[in-house]
Amino acid sequence: MEEHKTVFRYTWRRSPDQDAASPVRHRVVVVGAGPVGLSAALDLALRGVPVVLLDDSDRIGEGSRGLCYSKRTLEILDRLGVGEKLVAQGVTWKLGKVYLGDDLVYSFDLLPEEGHKMPAFINLQQYYLEKALIDRVEEVDNIDLRWRNRVTGLERRNDYVRLTVDTPDGPYILEADWVIAADGARSALRDMLGLGFKGVTFEDKFLIADVKMAADFPTERRFWFDPPFHSGQSALLHRQPDNVFRIDLQLGPDADAEAEQKPERVIPRLKAMLGDIPFELEWVSVYRFNCRRLDRFVHGRVIFAGDSAHQVSPFGARGANSGVQDAENIAWKLAAILDGTAGPGLLDSYERECIQAADENIGHSTRSTDFIAPRSPAERALRNAVLSLAPHADFARRMVNSGRLSVATVYDSPLSTPDEETFAGSARLGAPAPDAPVRAAGNRRATLLECLSDGFELIYFRNGETPAPCGDIKLTVIGQDLHDEEGLLTARFDATPGSAYLLRPDQHLCARWRSFDSTKIAAARKRALGF
Amino acid sequence: MSRLIVASRFPNPDAAYEALVESRRGLSEKDAAALDARLVLILANHIGDPEVLREAIALAQQTLAPKD
Repeated sequence: MEEHKTVFRYTWRRSPDQDAASPVRHRVVVVGAGPVGLSAALDLALRGVPVVLLDDSDRIGEGSRGLCYSKRTLEILDRLGVGEKLVAQGVTWKLGKVYLGDDLVYSFDLLPEEGHKMPAFINLQQYYLEKALIDRVEEVDNIDLRWRNRVTGLERRNDYVRLTVDTPDGPYILEADWVIAADGARSALRDMLGLGFKGVTFEDKFLIADVKMAADFPTERRFWFDPPFHSGQSALLHRQPDNVFRIDLQLGPDADAEAEQKPERVIPRLKAMLGDIPFELEWVSVYRFNCRRLDRFVHGRVIFAGDSAHQVSPFGARGANSGVQDAENIAWKLAAILDGTAGPGLLDSYERECIQAADENIGHSTRSTDFIAPRSPAERALRNAVLSLAPHADFARRMVNSGRLSVATVYDSPLSTPDEETFAGSARLGAPAPDAPVRAAGNRRATLLECLSDGFELIYFRNGETPAPCGDIKLTVIGQDLHDEEGLLTARFDATPGSAYLLRPDQHLCARWRSFDSTKIAAARKRALGF
Repeated sequence: MSRLIVASRFPNPDAAYEALVESRRGLSEKDAAALDARLVLILANHIGDPEVLREAIALAQQTLAPKD
């Protein structure tokens, strides 16, 4: 039972596919129009791949909701055309404070570095993210978004998938060369394939409430261990747009989930925290958390992405963020597979990179949850020892773990060409290229990432004559096409005159050299395509 | 190769032991456990070597004989 209100409603329309004499075959069907499915569909469509996007509902704004969107996710969303809008709409924050009782024990500043287009994090109700993505889907050709289309059957064939889809007008059959299962933590497609979803379930229950109030709390993440208003447990307070605040209250393992969601139980708990500030409940839910993943993300022509493939606790904002990053990872690869340019290893690299990311996220999430909700009195004693040492010792402050916030994974990937020379700087092989301020054509101030294409890109730091471009790789010459007036781009890439950096279509750095060598560049591009 | 030093390092082992005994004299079992947890954290950080920590944990576990 969840208290909620529907925010945006959409209309089911009968698809011509429902009247076809034989099942219509599509190149890609994406199941689930949440942040992951919408991003995957948009990314594919913008790469010229037509997509059918199915969702079993016709509304957004209910159920479990994401809150914090990380810099890398915002960079992806910016590439998809909604980044600036979301940042304008969201609450930008970078400060976090951790309290023990009433005392501040630890604080952090997430983005001390200047010159990035996107902030470290924004907070935004998930329905606003989904609304923005759906608005964008409606602007883009090539996406056929079908509401109230529930997949009820899945048959895997050699080189396609046959789906049975239920609608208000009854069922129909749909065929797809590829299916992206972005149908969430309770994935029906995962069940249809009989796949195990193994991991750890944490016994502690948490109350999650969105509360509307005119409070002047500063824009920062506040986390309490053992606060005076909620003794012995933890609490989190986070600002969202529209004067809405997200509050998480730990309830312990023995809490009665049903009873704890009733307003007569919730309101006194919130009053203890908020005092006399008048507030209105927007949404309440009681959760237990899981950290788990599928063994494999790719099952023939069915590809799992986001929560259907891996699930984490919310501490660290790693759910929706890692899911959108999965969507970006599969989109360019699937587009390359469909246009015949991919090598045999490209699909495997999706699984390898995203499993690495999932394991990293599950590791962080499990450690955070173990710290916040110790599993035994003995573990709690150790946790409390860290907390009581924290005001007195730096090492203990560094151990205080209220969630380590999502950052992009540095893929240890077969697609990367190992460095032959050494590079310092913040650019890492297998990681998204760091952003930096540049001056673009027409004297326009911009940042690197917004100047990149959707394809392979070579960033070359000018050293005399401009080299000839290599095949379909877009060449961007620093000192000619873009100017690094502040020197931050050069510093972040540790560039010297003649340095060249090859970026994948998802902006990840896959090879770099101290001089331009077209043979090496061509070989690195081939490798990054899975050959 | 083991990095954990198990050879005696205190010039006066009896005095070191006495200091630990005195730190918990008069404490309840629960308070002594809380003190031990703090000491473990402080000393582990002072050592600052995850491999030594792992070996120390293994040695401690090995000597934690099941009670009959």
